[in-house]
Amino acid sequence: MSTIKIRAKNKDGLTTVKALINHPMETGMRKDKKTSKMIPAHFIQEVSCTANGKKVLHANWGTAVSKNPYISFKLTGAGKGDQLVLSWKDNLGNSDSLTSVVK
Amino acid sequence: MNSQRRLMLKSSFATAALGTAVAAGLITPRSIMAANLPNAFAAKSVTGVINEMFAGQTRLTSKQVQIKAPDIAENGAVVPVTISSDLKDIQSISLLVSNNATPLVASYDFEPGTEAFISTRIKMGKTSEVEAIVKAGGKLYTASKEVKVTIGGCGG
Repeated sequence: MSTIKIRAKNKDGLTTVKALINHPMETGMRKDKKTSKMIPAHFIQEVSCTANGKKVLHANWGTAVSKNPYISFKLTGAGKGDQLVLSWKDNLGNSDSLTSVVK
Repeated sequence: MNSQRRLMLKSSFATAALGTAVAAGLITPRSIMAANLPNAFAAKSVTGVINEMFAGQTRLTSKQVQIKAPDIAENGAVVPVTISSDLKDIQSISLLVSNNATPLVASYDFEPGTEAFISTRIKMGKTSEVEAIVKAGGKLYTASKEVKVTIGGCGG
C-alpha cells in the first residue's frame, strides 16, 4: 500500500490539497528502550508536488517535522480533473509517490 | 551488590529523559543534515539559518504574514501550524522554531499558481517563538507567535 494519502478538492477555482504521509520521522537521537541503542535518523528530506506535470510546490524538511507528516496547500493553477503527483524522498534513499485526480 | 541492577535503573532513567527530549525534537545531532540546504538545517540559531539561507538579509515584521498556531501545545511532538500571506510574488516560506536545537523546521518553495498557504505539523522541544519567514519579490517578511509547550500534558 502506498505511504501517501491525498485529497484534492476544487471549489470556486481554488484547489485545496491535503496529504498525509506514513513515515517515522526519527530524529536520530531517540533510544530504543529495550536495547538502549540509538534509533538511527530516518526522516523525509524532500517533498514535491506537480500538477499536470508542472511543478507547484517543493519542500525541504528537517527532523522537526512531526511523525506521519501532514501537509496542506492551495493551488489556483489546477482545476477539476487535473493530475496531481506528490512524492517524497528520505535520508535513507527511500521514496514514494502517488498520483491523484483533483475532484 | 548487584551493579547490574543499578546500571539498569540508571540507564532506564536516562533513556526515558532522552526519549522525551528527542520525541519533542529537542536534540538533533550535527551528523544529520538535509540533502538541500544542509548548512541551514544544521544551523544552531535563527541568525545562523538566515545567514545560510538568505545571506544575512534583514527581515521586516509584516502584518501580511499570518501564522496560526495554538497558544498552548500539550504535546510538543505534534504542533499544528498554518502560515498564510496576502503578499504577492511569493517565492518561499520557511518555518523556524527559535528554541529548537536546530531552528529550521521546513522550507517550502512556491511556484506561480500556488497560493501562499501552508499547513503542517511540527515538533517543538520547549516553549518557543514559532517564526514564519516569507520571501516575496526578493524581500523577507516575517511574523512570529509564541507557543507554550507543557511537558507532562496536564493541560496547564
